Amino acid sequence: MKKLKLNQTTRRNYLTYGLVILAYAILQIMNGSLSSSLKGMLVPICAYVVMAVSLNLTVGVLGELSLGHAGFMSMGAFTGVTAAVALQDLIPAAPLRMIVALIVGAAFAALAGFLIGIPVLRLNGDYLAIVTLAFGEIIKSIFNNLYVGVDSSGLHMSLLSDNTNLEEGGKLIIGGPMGIGGIQKISTFTAGFLLVMVTLVVVFHLVNSRAGRAIMAIRDNRIAAESVGVNITKYKMMAFVTSSALAGAAGVLFAMNYSTIVANKFDFNTSILVLVFVVLGGLGNMLGSIIAAAALTILPEALRQFSDYRMLVYAIVLILVMLATNNPTLKAFFGRFKPGKRSGKEAA
Amino acid sequence: MTFLNFLISGISLGSIYAIIALGYTMVYGIAKMLNFAHGDVIMVGAYICFYAVSRFSLPPVVGVILAMLVCTVLGIVVERLAYKPLRQAPSLAVLITAIGVSYFLQNSALLLWSSNPKVFPAFFTTESVDAAGKTVTKNGIQLFDGRLNISYVTIVTIVVCIIIMVGLTLFTAHTKMGKAMRACSEDKGAAQLMGINVNGTISMTFAIGSGLAAIAGVLLCSAYPTLVPTTGSMPGIKAFTAAVFGGIGSIPGALLGGLMLGVIEIFAKAYISTQLSDAVVFAVLIVVLLVKPAGLLGKQVREKV
Repeated sequence: MKKLKLNQTTRRNYLTYGLVILAYAILQIMNGSLSSSLKGMLVPICAYVVMAVSLNLTVGVLGELSLGHAGFMSMGAFTGVTAAVALQDLIPAAPLRMIVALIVGAAFAALAGFLIGIPVLRLNGDYLAIVTLAFGEIIKSIFNNLYVGVDSSGLHMSLLSDNTNLEEGGKLIIGGPMGIGGIQKISTFTAGFLLVMVTLVVVFHLVNSRAGRAIMAIRDNRIAAESVGVNITKYKMMAFVTSSALAGAAGVLFAMNYSTIVANKFDFNTSILVLVFVVLGGLGNMLGSIIAAAALTILPEALRQFSDYRMLVYAIVLILVMLATNNPTLKAFFGRFKPGKRSGKEAA
Repeated sequence: MTFLNFLISGISLGSIYAIIALGYTMVYGIAKMLNFAHGDVIMVGAYICFYAVSRFSLPPVVGVILAMLVCTVLGIVVERLAYKPLRQAPSLAVLITAIGVSYFLQNSALLLWSSNPKVFPAFFTTESVDAAGKTVTKNGIQLFDGRLNISYVTIVTIVVCIIIMVGLTLFTAHTKMGKAMRACSEDKGAAQLMGINVNGTISMTFAIGSGLAAIAGVLLCSAYPTLVPTTGSMPGIKAFTAAVFGGIGSIPGALLGGLMLGVIEIFAKAYISTQLSDAVVFAVLIVVLLVKPAGLLGKQVREKV
């Protein structure tokens, strides 16, 4: 039999799939012995993993900085949960409703990404960073002032104050600054795991395709890519819209794990948190993003014994890790243990 | 007359944004990094001034000077410890470090000074004795029979902003250090070859930016007198957008961007909606960037192939 030969990328991708499945299996087996605080964090961890992987697609693979990824998460969370609440009677089966909510959330987030992408992705430079930052803030203030209700004649919306004028038996879904209350918690760890797997499949297939190679060509040298006939805007758009759709799905998963969700949950700090996962995990390295997202979500919990000092310790850990990973002496030291990497060529 | 009132308070808020934006724009111009911890330096400055004045009952002027000194030292120390080792690192690594520093400052403030909001003392008041012999505390001047109300804070803020702008423009144009700064922002390698101490210049930039942040913190908290450890973050983000708005790296751009952002914000609050004012501000930013990608006064950099 011919020996199955896989190239390095494929091996790495299978390793990532394998580790995620292994982690899921172990956590499922250990389910009885997990502490309740850790159990409650399983779904948020899955959501942050999806966020980190999707942001890594924008930052690591496309090479554009996004400072408003939480905006897409918010977009997905609010539209997806609205869909789930509105369809509560129509689709009684929770898993099916979850899937519909995920699709709706992802679709709306993709639409938002597309609308932002049209003008911005034509420009070069750090504009995406600024515009996504602005987008995150805009989305936050809009959802803080949006009122959506549902009654027998359909959805009603109003901005700033509650003018939805619902009929008898109608239900207010989004209540402005109160956010969405009374969500049925239909996110499960299994749903989170499946979403992580779907995200990985989508991202790996995109990256390892013709389109993915075009996207990476744009990242490495835009002018060279353009001169060999790569349609810059199209491929940038492809990566960015995929990334925002996945972030929207992550938002749905995240929101469905809590009974109430408010727009302020998805602020600038959340965007930055996800960016921290991506950079710590390594740009373009999906497995790194997954590990960083899981570890850093657990870390504040693990630092509970420091109580008041835990966020301070978190900040110090963050700074020290960045200083250590970029220290030339340490880098050269570890570079010697890596086979296949020329140790002399460390300068970036 | 209400329009004029709004315009004046917009210019006052804009002046504060402009002073903060200067710190962003100068550091970006020279070190090519987004110093996200800048907003938290503002908060530290405001706290120092608050404690100096209300706990140790020092005169306000001493409080401001003390705040400036502490912030300047803080800026230099942060630069030396956290940013200098990363001079050669990719810009995203520096960005994350800056975020780490921002978390660090916020949480240190939380531990040192607790999350209870502090009410910032009113510095700019005059006391006079009216006809009935009562002491009247005034915090502003009234024109046109009280229809136009200008508080002293507003006047001081605008004057301070003008002084800083003129001073900084003269500094960068005429002093040796200022010239070194401009040289570094143009080409660090060439500047070093000409015998300019690049590291020293970058430290100096952080020192100036942080000192200005202290002034901005005191002015901000005089106008909006609630002081919590997260006071600096939202003005920080807005001032950063102001710097982008005016063209990042440009000092007059920071002034123009800050003023416009302040005026737009106050007008949006007054005429559109209080809650949606942030959305309006950022929407205007997006539109401006689409029309003029380099910002209002930014230099369009030609691309070399």
